[in-house]
Amino acid sequence: MQNEWPLWEVFIRGQHGLSHRHVGSLHAADAEGAIKNARDVYTRRNEGVSIWVVEASAIAASSPDEKGPLYEPSNDKIYRHPTFYDIPDDAGAM
Amino acid sequence: MSDPLFEFLCRMGDNTLVLGHRVSEWCGTAPVLEEDIALANTALDLIGQTTLWLNLAGEVEGRGRDADALAFRRDVWDFRNLFLVEQPNGDFGQTMMRQFLFDSWHRLYLTGLTESSDARISAIAEKSLKEVSYHLDRATDTVIGLGDGTEESHARMQAALDRLWPFVGEMFAGDAVDAALARQGTAPDPAKLRSGFDEQVGKVLAEATLVRPDSDFAHKGGKTGTRHSEHLGHMLAQMQWLQRAYPDATW
Repeated sequence: MQNEWPLWEVFIRGQHGLSHRHVGSLHAADAEGAIKNARDVYTRRNEGVSIWVVEASAIAASSPDEKGPLYEPSNDKIYRHPTFYDIPDDAGAM
Repeated sequence: MSDPLFEFLCRMGDNTLVLGHRVSEWCGTAPVLEEDIALANTALDLIGQTTLWLNLAGEVEGRGRDADALAFRRDVWDFRNLFLVEQPNGDFGQTMMRQFLFDSWHRLYLTGLTESSDARISAIAEKSLKEVSYHLDRATDTVIGLGDGTEESHARMQAALDRLWPFVGEMFAGDAVDAALARQGTAPDPAKLRSGFDEQVGKVLAEATLVRPDSDFAHKGGKTGTRHSEHLGHMLAQMQWLQRAYPDATW
């Protein structure tokens, strides 16, 4: 018999945030319970207007060991990095 | 009989005060972190409601007592809470069953109070109702989850229900205070809420595979202040000692 509830990752959209942001994880018996727990654990100070939960085991993640093959090839292709443009002050933060 | 409005406000405030304190006793010792925080949130909601009810009670009484004075400077015989809420926590299942039974009544009663002829009361009811609806949601899920759970969790939930059922009847037993308030349109007649309660609780118990006890015998006297169980005095000793030992202490 499994005695531990499954682990859930919690994503919350803040009052003025545009997208859901990962805020942490918690344990719960099912998705509905995970949302309630997230409400109690992560929104006590009115942090959010929307909660997503996803079972941690359902997330496919890249492996840190493959950092080289995955990311390094882009480093020497400087033309991919938009560092050669002058941004007018009026444009503000990009 | 003292002023019915003052009595009524003490009943509301004492229910949330005593249950809030009881629930806060779980802080740091709940079975899992998530429940620990959820119970602490529930306790804080209830204490917040207490502040509103008892401050209004003090205002109505007009003798200069505020919520703190009423909460910490009255002795056990002046408390007007239901028997149900002063019952000890027991195991986690018993705490959640107590919460479920109280919330089921509380939500119905507060819903009635949002129509109160007294605007101060309807405003407090309106605010509390949002919190209490969530408490009830949570307690309902737990009662169903544990009732329709393992053999052990089922047995514990049935035992909790059997133990607490004799305290249900008091929530619907009206007295002269209730009658006076119902006449003025200040508060609903509690007896009229029973059928709604039975229907709603019956559905949840069925889903939880729990059996409603046969006997509707009810302990009475808590809300009228005639008597309390031995547990309340012990709880108040814990809750009030600081204000008793160091009156008017501030920090």
